[in-house]
Amino acid sequence: MSAPQQPLQAPPEAGSMTAAHRELLARTPDVIAPGHTFGSVTDKISGIVLTHWTPLGWFLGFAIAFVFLMILNVTIVKLLFTGIGIWGNNIPVGWAFDIINFVWWIGIGHAGTLISAILLLFRQQWRTSINRFAEAMTLFAVACAAMFPLLHTGRPWLAAYWLFPYPNTMQLWPQFRSPLIWDVFAVSTYFTVSLLFWFTGLIPDLATLRDSAHSKWAQKIFGVLALGWRGSARHWQRYETIYLLLAGLSTPLVLSVHTVVSFDFAVAEIPGWHATMFPPYFVAGAIYSGFAMVMTLAIPMRAAFHLEDLITMRHIHNMTKVMLATGMIVAYAYVNEVFYAWYSGNLFEQFMMQNRQAGPYGPFYWMLIAINACMIQLFWFRKVRDNVVLLFILSLFVNVGMWLERFVIIVVSLHRDFLPSSWDMYAPTRWDWGMFTGTLGLFLSLFFLFVRLLPAISIFEVRMLVPAAKVKGSTSEHLL
Amino acid sequence: MAQQRTPEVIHGLMAEFDNPTDLVLAADHARLAVYTVMDAYSPFPIEELDDALGLKKNPMPLITLLGGIVGGLGGYGLEYWTQVIAWPMNIGGRPFHSWPHFIPVTFECTVLGASLAAFVGMLALNRLPTPYHPVFNVPAFDRASRDRFFLCIESSDPKFDRHATGSFLKGLHPLGVSEVAA
Repeated sequence: MSAPQQPLQAPPEAGSMTAAHRELLARTPDVIAPGHTFGSVTDKISGIVLTHWTPLGWFLGFAIAFVFLMILNVTIVKLLFTGIGIWGNNIPVGWAFDIINFVWWIGIGHAGTLISAILLLFRQQWRTSINRFAEAMTLFAVACAAMFPLLHTGRPWLAAYWLFPYPNTMQLWPQFRSPLIWDVFAVSTYFTVSLLFWFTGLIPDLATLRDSAHSKWAQKIFGVLALGWRGSARHWQRYETIYLLLAGLSTPLVLSVHTVVSFDFAVAEIPGWHATMFPPYFVAGAIYSGFAMVMTLAIPMRAAFHLEDLITMRHIHNMTKVMLATGMIVAYAYVNEVFYAWYSGNLFEQFMMQNRQAGPYGPFYWMLIAINACMIQLFWFRKVRDNVVLLFILSLFVNVGMWLERFVIIVVSLHRDFLPSSWDMYAPTRWDWGMFTGTLGLFLSLFFLFVRLLPAISIFEVRMLVPAAKVKGSTSEHLL
Repeated sequence: MAQQRTPEVIHGLMAEFDNPTDLVLAADHARLAVYTVMDAYSPFPIEELDDALGLKKNPMPLITLLGGIVGGLGGYGLEYWTQVIAWPMNIGGRPFHSWPHFIPVTFECTVLGASLAAFVGMLALNRLPTPYHPVFNVPAFDRASRDRFFLCIESSDPKFDRHATGSFLKGLHPLGVSEVAA
């Protein structure tokens, strides 16, 4: 049962191209391997879900992730029964792993929105086969991120009245002049809108799964989730409009989220935090780390499920280039921080930078410089961009580098207080590590389940990449 | 499972195509033949169908705008009411109505209101969820979410006639024409 194959067309301007153009085009891999039809892309992607076959690596990966998820459960129970005293942070380092991990996770989420929304608005076709799982990554990363500020209140159910505005018996209201409340609104809006955008994209694909599933249960479950979608032209028209509108709304939203996160620091008067550069610096860092995470997930996934003809080298190249560009912005921000510490003429700012580079946590600073400023220069080389195994390893380093950046910003700025009598060192406890590795387990568990149970690549959008999807000729004119 | 019985009441007649170009051409022909109550079904959005079927502009942008305005005003109103009226507090000597502080939450509420309005509005105007629809009675329609393209002229069309419409659809060279049981 295969769809009739449409002949592949040469690009219309092929005749007028110069030799250099043609060579450039030949060197740029396609966004989809040639020879695919509507049916074949549908089967390829839905086949991952609608099969009894699961790769062995999936079980292995899920098992490891699940162990860490259980560690998270134990940590949370311990935390709720004992209190946040089990963590290593104490005055002067009042914020440590909780906020580092919050910022790290939320930053990772940003790449998903960038791919799904901003690249859609810019009509970047290559986004199509990576947007779905990047959006899922966003949701899971934001869920992990939200856990930290929520749990660092110690008793989240008692914290509700100063986090959310609801009429309570004490007649108290949240303090809207605080960036921390802006954060609550930014992150919860971000999660909600990302979820809507993700689910909207899933509806037509859930209908595909409903129609091609063989098991009764799969038909029922996908049938309920697909909401009765039938692909009507009237539905598609409204659907496409809101898909674009949601993309347009997500674009400023994603920029605002990390801007607000950076306000948590920039509005405070701590040297190393109090900088107007923070919003763009944080947004660039978020996209940089997020793309690294997309690579970390995409490279094993495309190998495990043989998706090389949908997630092609074109995608890998482009993601590497985005990492290079945003990484350079981050590197520029590092230089700027050093410059302004000197230029400010402020004793505390100058000491902060000196302490960052040569203080007790100095090696962490140089590690992040080595990764985020130096190592990424490898991405300039085509040989590196072609080597997926190397890219996978480098993307892991970028994840580490960006985590170190947040460690340096948060802990190193706090541990040398204005008064030397308050100086102290910070070290995470095993519960800090349990919480952090636990969220990694939660993230990966969710991702493993997602890949197996839902279409990890947007089927209906990939169909539009098939050459036959183009309507040929203008229609109304030659009828009249 | 072919459609063997001839139902008394039918939802319409449906022609099946295997590519979007034929579907758009068919919709064009149907529109020029003054059929008005019809719909097309495809496994991905086809922009050209909007003109071919003579679809009007949809009100989604307006609904989204209204949602955004309600969200933004609601967010700012909430901040104003709580910070100025319900629980005024002196924070570093700032005025109670310190509006620059209220902008981030207002912005987030605007985006939230607009997005919720867009999503709920799309579902509402599309009458989704719709668990039952007559088009699902056509066995071949399973492939509307895969690789087939359908044009359905509905029986409520003033020009609809089972035989005339049937032969009109057959004249468009479809893969097949089926009756859609109501």
